[in-house]
Amino acid sequence: MMSLESRERTLADYARIALTLPGTHLPWLVQGRNAALERFAQSGYPTVRDEDWKYTNVSRIERQAFVALTAADADVEGADALLQSLAPDREAGHWLVFVNGRYAPALSRLQPLPDGVVLGSLEQALTQAPEPLQPYLIDRAGQTVFGELNTAFMADGAWLHVPRDTVITQPIHLLFLTTQSGVAIYPRNLLVAESGARATVVEHYAGVENAAYLTNAVTQIFTAGNASIEHYKLQQESAQAFHIAGIHAQQKQDSSVESHSISLGALLTRNDITTRFDATGCEVTLNGLYLVGGRQHVDNHTRVDHASPSGTSNEYYRGVMDGASRAVFNGKVIVHPGAQKTNAHQSNHNLLLSREAEVDTKPQLEIYADDVQCTHGATIGQIDDEQRFYLRSRGIEDAMAQSLLVHAFAHDVIERIRLQSLRQRLEQILFARLPQGERIRELT
Amino acid sequence: MLEIKNLQVQVEQKPILQGLDLTVNAGEVHAIMGPNGSGKSTLAQVLAGRDNYEVTGGSVEYLGKDLLALAPEIRAREGVFLAFQYPVEIPGVSNVYLLKAALNNVRKHRGLQELDAFEFMKLMKEKMKLMEMKQELLYRSVNEGFSGGEKKRNEILQMAMLEPKLAVLDETDSGLDIDALQIVAKGINALRSPERSIIMVTHYQRLLDYVVPDFVHVLSKGKIIKSGGKELALELEERGYGWLEPGADANKAASAGARATA
Repeated sequence: MMSLESRERTLADYARIALTLPGTHLPWLVQGRNAALERFAQSGYPTVRDEDWKYTNVSRIERQAFVALTAADADVEGADALLQSLAPDREAGHWLVFVNGRYAPALSRLQPLPDGVVLGSLEQALTQAPEPLQPYLIDRAGQTVFGELNTAFMADGAWLHVPRDTVITQPIHLLFLTTQSGVAIYPRNLLVAESGARATVVEHYAGVENAAYLTNAVTQIFTAGNASIEHYKLQQESAQAFHIAGIHAQQKQDSSVESHSISLGALLTRNDITTRFDATGCEVTLNGLYLVGGRQHVDNHTRVDHASPSGTSNEYYRGVMDGASRAVFNGKVIVHPGAQKTNAHQSNHNLLLSREAEVDTKPQLEIYADDVQCTHGATIGQIDDEQRFYLRSRGIEDAMAQSLLVHAFAHDVIERIRLQSLRQRLEQILFARLPQGERIRELT
Repeated sequence: MLEIKNLQVQVEQKPILQGLDLTVNAGEVHAIMGPNGSGKSTLAQVLAGRDNYEVTGGSVEYLGKDLLALAPEIRAREGVFLAFQYPVEIPGVSNVYLLKAALNNVRKHRGLQELDAFEFMKLMKEKMKLMEMKQELLYRSVNEGFSGGEKKRNEILQMAMLEPKLAVLDETDSGLDIDALQIVAKGINALRSPERSIIMVTHYQRLLDYVVPDFVHVLSKGKIIKSGGKELALELEERGYGWLEPGADANKAASAGARATA
């Protein structure tokens, strides 16, 4: 059996590198890693018989037998060129660059930060000042099987701690660049905002052309009372890569989390984005865009646990599928008993550009309180013939008319991105992807 | 300008136009009237190139070319303009993008230079003033959230920008209050010229009070059954369409007429 073999292989891979991982001197961490690995050993990789993985077959990942990298194996060649193409002028904001999963200080640029802010490499923190990480790092909220593997294998990532009432005005960019094939990268990012703190974090994943690798990333977000984290993930992995990511937030009173997840690259993408309202008055925004073609597969699973009253969640996902690509959307909203005055709105809209493209979308509301306002909706459609004809009747050729309509559909998510530099960058990416994009750019 | 001969069109196997003949010369304004289901809108859509109408016979010659062989966008660039009965809403595509793209394509096709941003805005503002449209509508998505009157005015605005040779107005008067009707009529009249032909498809006579046609045709069951001057529209207003229907006998028609005038 494939899954048994691949499970053994993963366990052996862990045995091979365990001693090279950071924090071997920390009993709580070693225990946490071992316990996570043990849970993986019990469950194995998910199969399509698991409800949450029904439409996403990960056996392709298992077959590739990606191996974890030790610090000694990690190579930084090719990273410079990739970085130049993605972010040539790393001026505004703070830039932490990770190459093949390891922090690359020479490529990173940090601006001065407010007093008390900690921003840096998780590996360094685990080596030098691990205590503050303990309560968060082994928390399992939202974790999938891949999340367990991330806990076992995590070697580096970003660690951000924003103290009380502190605002980081410039965005923090985390760039994860992969240049090697055959490897598995396990980035772990930990973002903690104390009461009244605010920060904006952009995670950006990319790989060199045609490199085949696995990114298995986890980001944990903790917002204390009134804190606010604006989080963006831009996934532009190589066309042969696999990208599995968990973003798991836990929110205290009146805190706010905004998540924008943009999936463009990778052969297979799976995002699990979750949040839990642990106190009243929390807000979350979950926005997403996926643009896929060829044989790409993208799966977005989101879950909002309204575990306390007076919370608001707004979710807005849109996708454009071309070629023989496939998209999966599953949006779970759970309004727990007693979570009165909950406001939960969710929508997922899909635009299919080819007959071979497929989408499975499933909004899932479970409501155990009575004084709530919840809406959800999902649509799957093609380019509207009426709109297309209208544009053509004004002298616009068919290809351009279709491009304009696809642009309009996708742009609806992009314009919700408040971070201007990223919004502009995405607009450029969208123009570059569309036939006639250059002409649309000239019009706008 | 336009010569339609024995045009036969069907939709989903159902014959709609059944041998329609119509000649429109440069500078003429023709009104096509007729009861619901007579094929008026089909004619308008077929002229613009809508693809779910199947032409099963006949020909349409436009400025010496076989119009039916041209893609809708080429027809538009060659100077055919359709003002839609139900203008389509296009979220995310702003009016100004649409007009810029459309005008540039049309000008290029005619061997003219594209307008620069300044010239474009100047022209745009002038035409919006003519149509009494608020400038903010420029930056809104095409027809999205527009009132019925705004949509129709927007159609005429596009027509004014694109300066077609042959304008086909499909029930442009429907759903308009009297003020909007006057504005729309003003826009259409401003475009009347010896080089331009206009076909107005309408159910009612009231638009024709403001835009006076040179010819009026009655369409019934996919054919033009009567043609005349502008006074024919008044007669139709008075007597309805019944007296013209094939098979209506003279007595019945006369008594219907008598009732209507009594």
